[in-house]
Amino acid sequence: MSLADSFRIAVRAILANRLRSILTTLGLVIGVTSVIVLIAVGQGAQVGVASKIRGLGTDLLFVQPGQSNDRTTGARAQAASLTKSDSDAIVAAQIPGVIGVAPQISFQSQLIAGSLNSRGPIIGTTPDYIAVRSSAVAEGDFITDADVERKALTIVLGSTLATTLFPNGDAIGQQVRLAVGGPIGFNFRVSGVMAPRGGATDQDNQAFVPVTTMQSRLPFTRNATGEISVTQISIQMAPKADQDAVKADITNLLVSRHAVATPDFTVQSQNDLLGAASEVSATLSILLGSVAGISLLVGGIGVMNIMLVSVTERTREIGIRRAVGAQSRDIVLQFVTEALTLSIGGGLLGMALGVGIALGLDGRQVAGQAMTTLIQPWSIAVAFAVAAGVGLASGSYPAFRATAIDPIVALRNE
Amino acid sequence: MIDLIDVEKTYNTGAGPVFALRGTNLHIDRGEFVAIMGQSGSGKSTMMNILGLLDRPSAGRYLLEGQDVSDLDPDARARIRGREFGFVFQAYNLVPRLSAIEQVEMPLVYQGAPDRHARAAKALERVGLSAAFHKRGPTQLSGGQQQRVAIARSIVVEPRVMLADEPTGALDTTTSAEVMALFRELVEEHGITVIIVTHEPEIAALCDRIVRMVDGVIVQDATSRHTAPEHRGEVSA
Ligand SMILES: Nc1ncnc2c1ncn2[C@@H]1O[C@H](COP(=O)(O)OP(=O)(O)O)[C@@H](O)[C@H]1O
Ligand SMILES: [Mg+2]
Repeated sequence: MSLADSFRIAVRAILANRLRSILTTLGLVIGVTSVIVLIAVGQGAQVGVASKIRGLGTDLLFVQPGQSNDRTTGARAQAASLTKSDSDAIVAAQIPGVIGVAPQISFQSQLIAGSLNSRGPIIGTTPDYIAVRSSAVAEGDFITDADVERKALTIVLGSTLATTLFPNGDAIGQQVRLAVGGPIGFNFRVSGVMAPRGGATDQDNQAFVPVTTMQSRLPFTRNATGEISVTQISIQMAPKADQDAVKADITNLLVSRHAVATPDFTVQSQNDLLGAASEVSATLSILLGSVAGISLLVGGIGVMNIMLVSVTERTREIGIRRAVGAQSRDIVLQFVTEALTLSIGGGLLGMALGVGIALGLDGRQVAGQAMTTLIQPWSIAVAFAVAAGVGLASGSYPAFRATAIDPIVALRNE
Repeated sequence: MIDLIDVEKTYNTGAGPVFALRGTNLHIDRGEFVAIMGQSGSGKSTMMNILGLLDRPSAGRYLLEGQDVSDLDPDARARIRGREFGFVFQAYNLVPRLSAIEQVEMPLVYQGAPDRHARAAKALERVGLSAAFHKRGPTQLSGGQQQRVAIARSIVVEPRVMLADEPTGALDTTTSAEVMALFRELVEEHGITVIIVTHEPEIAALCDRIVRMVDGVIVQDATSRHTAPEHRGEVSA
């Protein structure tokens, strides 16, 4: 019997029992679809996070407060280990390769303009922020050195925030009330509106105020010694700077300033962040992939089950075929082809669905975040190969069972 | 052409051995038209199965064209079966989802034969089924038509021997006569050896030779027509 003949027989048998064939392959379809979609989502997340990290600017170092190991003060809180004076010290040290330093203090707060209000991160920083974080103002001015000097009640709004509070687009020069909690609040004058940054985070929903204003107006931003504790110091390096050397210099400087044995802060480059993020998303991809792999396996068991039922049901047919001259390999071929046709069909359908869904999800807003999917050709190949392999494996056993059927017994079987 | 020599068939059942055939000797020549008669359980089907290489004797030898085929493996038997034998069963034994023409093409598929469609169409033509019936499945055919399809399926390979186990058992008198006429034609015009099992004397009377069985033993072997070729049927007691 030729392969074309056995394929024809298989298709006939599959079509004769359409509903059952569909239900049989459903497991494989779902398996292949989910492998492709989940891996595309995992990879998309990885790429998305990476581009977000790159979008922060270029050649950046981030100094963040860490666990304090300082036994002399002991009580120093985690978030209080980094101060505005650390930031000033880094500037003063004139470390080679450092071209900009921007301290940031951030906390969540409500902003009110007339009857409108919004909640978002308020960031206390210095004029360097614009250069360090590759940002730009669309209208008006960013925080100036004079603002920092005067501890001015000046605020710069992110583009989304500006539209929320001032739908008419006349934000500049207006008053915004920053509600700290309860009756405490301060009126700020809007000096500028940021250009939109886009991306998935709420970067456009932030507001900026001079770091010194925070210190003087908001007592909770000061640590025990009265200094402004900052949540992050962003450092811009020269494009060709030796990043490791800069990192080491800053670490040494701050260790000696804090008088601690081991750093009570972390210094991370964008590459460090990228590494950490890709580790997380690789783990995520493996997890998603395993879940999808299990559903493929379950799908394969479904095919095997149906093939066993099908062989039993067609005992008589097998007897007839044997009687008219079918040899063992013809019978094996028939059932293996049937299982393979089902699983390859399921695999192709799953491929189409998986690619379709992955493409459909790309750029879709999910929970306020733009979803990125990245279809991996290897995931399609692997999912398809596994589906076909599962079909082959699960078709073989029932097929060999079929050859053991005695034609006489089969023909008597009513 | 066919020689059964001291063939025995014993089935081992839970209730002890059943001796379905006991020292059977039978010789059948090419072109004979033989009826095997006997009561239910006398071993007719068992003998047909052995003749058609569907089953193997427990003891004794089966010579087909002088070649001992008693000990061939299942696949070798399947090959000979597909080439040399045509089977017709009381229950037609058509594959449920296949059309008439596909049923008839089936043995040719396993032989890898060319011109399958044309040959199948010709076989159906020979049993009196025109192209109008080609596409019909078993459920769209009467009993007589189904049996004709089964006969077409068995003759399409141009077998040397046609084995029919109670081919008219499920058919009415008229249809039975038509089927028997068809067998006669195969014998006369194509030189095919036809062996049928029946318990209807009128049907047996249409054959050239009648072999009677009782309890796994051939008790009578008689030529009823002079048109039959010479044979050396042995009566064993
Ligand atoms: N597969 C089998 N297992 C056990 N006993 C069987 C089997 N096939 C047939 N027999 C027994 O062998 C005897 C002959 O059966 P069979 O050849 O079918 O008779 P017939 O066709 O003449 O009615 C019967 O007693 C039957 O019960
Ligand atoms: Mg019988």
